[in-house]
Amino acid sequence: MAQRIDVKDLNIYYGDFLAVAGVEMSVEPRSVTAFIGPSGCGKSTFLRTLNRMHEVIPGAHVEGTVAMDGVDLYGAGIDPVAVRRQVGMVFQRPNPFPTMSIAENVLAGIKLNNKRISKSDADETVERALTSANLWNEVKDRLNRPGSGLSGGQQQRLCIARAIAVKPQVLLMDEPCSALDPISTLAIEDLVSELKADYTIVIVTHNMQQAARVSDRTAFFNLKATGQPGRLVEIDDTPTIFSSPREQATEDYISGRFG
Amino acid sequence: MASPATAMTPPVTPDPPPRRRRSRTTDRGLDRAFRYLAVGSGMLILATLASVAIFLVLEALPALTHDDLASEIAWIPEGGNLGDVVGPLIFGTILAAIVSLGLAVPVAVGIALFISHYAPRRMASALGYVVDLLAAIPSVVFGLWGVLVLAPKVQPVWQFLVDYFGWIPLFAGDEHGNASNPPRVLMTTALVLAVMILPIITAVSREVFLQTPRLHEEAALALGATRWELIRMAVLPFGRSGVTSAAMLGLGRALGETMAVLMILSPGFLYSFKLLVASQQQTIAANIAAKFNDADDIGRSALIATGLALFVITLLVNLGARAIVARRKDFSGAN
Repeated sequence: MAQRIDVKDLNIYYGDFLAVAGVEMSVEPRSVTAFIGPSGCGKSTFLRTLNRMHEVIPGAHVEGTVAMDGVDLYGAGIDPVAVRRQVGMVFQRPNPFPTMSIAENVLAGIKLNNKRISKSDADETVERALTSANLWNEVKDRLNRPGSGLSGGQQQRLCIARAIAVKPQVLLMDEPCSALDPISTLAIEDLVSELKADYTIVIVTHNMQQAARVSDRTAFFNLKATGQPGRLVEIDDTPTIFSSPREQATEDYISGRFG
Repeated sequence: MASPATAMTPPVTPDPPPRRRRSRTTDRGLDRAFRYLAVGSGMLILATLASVAIFLVLEALPALTHDDLASEIAWIPEGGNLGDVVGPLIFGTILAAIVSLGLAVPVAVGIALFISHYAPRRMASALGYVVDLLAAIPSVVFGLWGVLVLAPKVQPVWQFLVDYFGWIPLFAGDEHGNASNPPRVLMTTALVLAVMILPIITAVSREVFLQTPRLHEEAALALGATRWELIRMAVLPFGRSGVTSAAMLGLGRALGETMAVLMILSPGFLYSFKLLVASQQQTIAANIAAKFNDADDIGRSALIATGLALFVITLLVNLGARAIVARRKDFSGAN
């Protein structure tokens, strides 16, 4: 249920503007890979190419390959909709569907994949997904209430439950804690550590301590100047990045001597 | 992403210290002026509404309190009273409005979705402009178009409906099993009304659909939703109350539309669901326009009484719409 991702020579564009250039990296299955770097360096942009969400912006496109277990996600005849069903995503701001109840939110992806699901299967899926997202005990008595009535941290865990309910191969998280308080952040971080037993997880974060706490490997992105494309500076095991990075730029960034 | 130009902006010089007292009093004064302006506008609309209601009640009173209207007014049947005419008029008005709404809303929502989520940007704005232009056509022109252009074209279609779907009461034919020819029938009227209310419903729906939060659209896309599934999961539920409001605006216009109905519909005063047969129904507004010039004082009062009925219906429709929207407030996305 978890797959490796190999990215080769990937250039990412917004229209004619080259936003991220020449990314080469591999993401190991059943591990957490963190992307760190300054704002505007292309971490989130790159993350969104891993489930073909980048191209929903008009004019946005990529060159290069992103292979999941050897299959190029950008190959001819690959349906982006099918890719997104394999690669789940959690966004910066919690975004449960406001018109759906908690249970309906969890089942939203499943309803897309196969329209018909029996009541008992549905209940089981809701419980499994919410339990995995460490939310079941808090919401089990109000599954039919709107998801927008939950706290920010609960909403974000609901979004994680929604993403993992469809059992994706990979889970992408785009700064999932940046809108949350420290307690909720801790809950999400614990959850990430548990989920990596089953999923390949890629997480973008602005918080270097978070990257150090949750990830197995860390990638550092940077850009030379505004208007220049962002680049992958280096990717290595997390302890290595934070203790003895190969590149001076990484060292400067993680030690706060940046810019 | 910041443009390189921002880096070259000269350092911001601190503003000179503001003259505190004066600026504060101006702000207060402005604040107060705006408050009065807002409250005044609100009151003005209430006063207008109240004065219209009072006018209708006062003017209608002579007819409402009269014992024997039938002897004074030609269009009230022998031995009958005002209710015998107002009832069918209310029925006809609501039937025409509902049928036109039923025709217009699906098309309007379709056009709005096409503009907001399917069409390329340039085409979308052109199409939006064309739809808005429809709203600028005077209703008398729509009436002429309905009679001269549309009616001959739709008659065979109405005949087809009678032939094959005549078992549905709405599509029943006349005593010979035919749709009326010329088709000065409620269905033709409703079709023209539908074209007339299309722009307002489309414009409001489009604005609502365009405001669907990007977050929710991306949530649906990231789950692997196709364009249609995205619309069903994120756009339509979000736009629900807005589309309801838009439909109510359209319904209001359809209820009150006069000229087009007057020109197309052959009037009748029956409680009849036959949409394809002439001389079955009439609407309140068209009836007032048709009879007002020849009416004497008591006749005019009776017509105004029917206008009062229209006023009440419109109020009730709007209240009903509010109730529908409020029922699912928790799930509206406004919290």
